[in-house]
Amino acid sequence: MNDRDTNHQLEAMRKLLKSAVPSVTKVEPPRDLWPQMLRRLETAPTPVPWWDWALLAAAGAVFFFFPGTIPALLYHL
Amino acid sequence: MELWHRFAEGHPDAFESLFRQYQRDVYRWIVRIVRDSAAAEDLTVETFWRMYRARARFSPGGNGAAWLRRIATNAALDHLRHAKLQVPLPEDLPADTAPDSALQRETRHAIQRAVAQLSPRLRVVVQLGLVEEEPYDEIADALGISLNAVKIRMFRAVRLLRKKLLEAGITP
Repeated sequence: MNDRDTNHQLEAMRKLLKSAVPSVTKVEPPRDLWPQMLRRLETAPTPVPWWDWALLAAAGAVFFFFPGTIPALLYHL
Repeated sequence: MELWHRFAEGHPDAFESLFRQYQRDVYRWIVRIVRDSAAAEDLTVETFWRMYRARARFSPGGNGAAWLRRIATNAALDHLRHAKLQVPLPEDLPADTAPDSALQRETRHAIQRAVAQLSPRLRVVVQLGLVEEEPYDEIADALGISLNAVKIRMFRAVRLLRKKLLEAGITP
């Protein structure tokens, strides 16, 4: 198939689609969406950074394998 | 530009200003892809939510509007991927022109069904390129792909649509 055939098919398809599926370029949001955005910002959970979890896991591992560090840590707190 | 700088620095008032400035454009862009006004409202908020979360990755020297449009396109594509397949395109949107009245209702529905059955990545190119007549380079920018990739997707989409329409007894 050459370029002319492809362009012809494309144009025919464009005409057919536009006759069945009208364009919606002038559509407007039905309301101001900022209140929805605010609700989303307020209800969103605060994400815990991955390094915080890594630090917690490392501390847990240290306490598990070296339980002797627990009283030392409590003494220094 | 100043507003984008302030947004990247994490100023909440800059985010609100950007939201108010771009919510219409984002909504319009999304509705052109998903053709569902209720979903477009949610996806507009989702787009700005994604933008807010990604503010640390935004380069203040970059094109904020293009970045936002790409986020909106991805959100709309995600919606199409998760939406029920083969749902005909809704007709209750305030269109620029009415559908061709000479075209039989059944034929119109068959065409809409054929578009809805395309995979999201092909459907978005057809919606934007053929129905909304957006320039290919803008579609490429919004999808984050090359101009050639858009042309290839369009070629594939048209071939598939022709096949589906011929099966339905419609000659494009």
